[in-house]
Amino acid sequence: MTARRRATFAGATAVAGIGATEFSKDSGRSELRLACEAVMAALGDAGLAPADVDGIATFVMDNNPEIEVARAIGAGPLRFFSRVHYGGGAACGVVMQAALAVASGAAEVVVCYRAMNERSQQRFGIGTMPTARVATTETAHFGWYAPFGLLTPASWVAMQAQRYLHDYGATTEDFGRVSVACRTHAARNPRAWFHGQPITLAAHQASRWIVRPLRLLDCCQESDGAVAVVVTTLERARDLRQPPVVIRAAAQGASRDQHMMTSYYRDGIGDLPEMAEVARELYAQSGLGPADFQTAVIYDHFTPFVLAQLEAFGFCGRGEAKDFVRDGRIELGGALPINTHGGQLGEAYIHGMNGVAEGVRQVRGTAVNQVPGVEHVLVTAGTGVPTSAVILGSA
Amino acid sequence: MTDSTARLPHPRPGLTHDNRFFWEGLAARQLLIQRCAGCGRLQHPPAPMCPACHGFTMDAVEASGRGVIHSFVVVHHPPVPPFAYPNVIVLVELAEGTRLVSRLVGVDPDDVRIGMSVAVDFETVDGDLALHFFRAAAGTR
Repeated sequence: MTARRRATFAGATAVAGIGATEFSKDSGRSELRLACEAVMAALGDAGLAPADVDGIATFVMDNNPEIEVARAIGAGPLRFFSRVHYGGGAACGVVMQAALAVASGAAEVVVCYRAMNERSQQRFGIGTMPTARVATTETAHFGWYAPFGLLTPASWVAMQAQRYLHDYGATTEDFGRVSVACRTHAARNPRAWFHGQPITLAAHQASRWIVRPLRLLDCCQESDGAVAVVVTTLERARDLRQPPVVIRAAAQGASRDQHMMTSYYRDGIGDLPEMAEVARELYAQSGLGPADFQTAVIYDHFTPFVLAQLEAFGFCGRGEAKDFVRDGRIELGGALPINTHGGQLGEAYIHGMNGVAEGVRQVRGTAVNQVPGVEHVLVTAGTGVPTSAVILGSA
Repeated sequence: MTDSTARLPHPRPGLTHDNRFFWEGLAARQLLIQRCAGCGRLQHPPAPMCPACHGFTMDAVEASGRGVIHSFVVVHHPPVPPFAYPNVIVLVELAEGTRLVSRLVGVDPDDVRIGMSVAVDFETVDGDLALHFFRAAAGTR
């Protein structure tokens, strides 16, 4: 464990409210409305009013500008608004932005949201290349991949997953155990899209190839929905409706020679050094280590990176996740149940924000698949991209 | 395997001051690797400067075109025109040490292995877009 590092927001800020819409394949309403519904639910959960909101943090990829949400809900004048880039890697980064803002006094109540009709309107996996009338650094980046047919998130991740299998002697069944665990948890969660629909490892192995070595059941679902969380100071949160869920630590991470979904040029491309950076920072801020978590929400857009994340956070050694995930260790009743809401494989794909909400519920003791005696929960954000994570704990 | 017979537009790279040399090299059937004129460090993808010596003067060397498969994928879904499926895409580690993503042509998807030796070739799609692709190196298969 690393020596504690001073981070003024860590331990001094809290999640005071969470809210969400239903999770579906066709919401039938605008993304902006989904954002507003989730934000209003989160404020109601916290016992706050829209007029109390003076800050907003969301994803660069979110289609709903901060001012449109603020206008629609009737928020007070905004003193702080911020966005975090890199897809789902922003999921915990927005919480960190909010915590930084309220700890510094730049704002007092910051709402974070992610709202998307990712299934019914703007699908991420259909294989298109971003274009611009004038070339940008980002279209230049995609130019190393798209002209050859490497067009989808699954294909970008599969390149690293193939090398992971080669380097560590893992098999696609090891990927499948992650999927089975998440679907087992989702099956018991009425809010999950795959409620009542657990899968077997055999079903995983029988599912069709998407991008070898990834099968259909290695890929998270596509969803419509929104999730919001309210962040304020721990001091203020103590006076609100819910018991505060303390932000013990929060960090973002990008590695040396980091690329957006295609970090293929560094040593050990099966690993996630950006998440290892995040882990070091979280442990330094909190003084906690891998043995201190009773449950974790490990970002699961694609199963292979769940294995690499377990290694990056030191739950097991590098290359050892294939053994760690056996024998139900990551399922309810195991040593480290992960993604108790069902994850993005089972509950919904809301770019990781539904995972933040599940972390809050586990600390509160109100999760549908509640783990007993939760003191600290690790929540991670999207991988393969510059990423982030938080440690949530009881007050 | 079929070659890509483009009816829909082929995805094109965004050309910038930093990467134009690479794509123009392909049109001349050259696979170029960016080199720092100051310290000689090779890098791919290109960048405007050298992260080692911090120089801004960059040139390029022509790669031998030989390398080994460092990783690969076989794309099945979704099928996106104009590509043919299954599409074998490889991450090649060139003999010079840099890596790049390309297509592998002429090898059954079930026979592709990490560590296989490959060699570069060139094609032109959509009339004027020059691309590289790789085949199994002569004598290895």
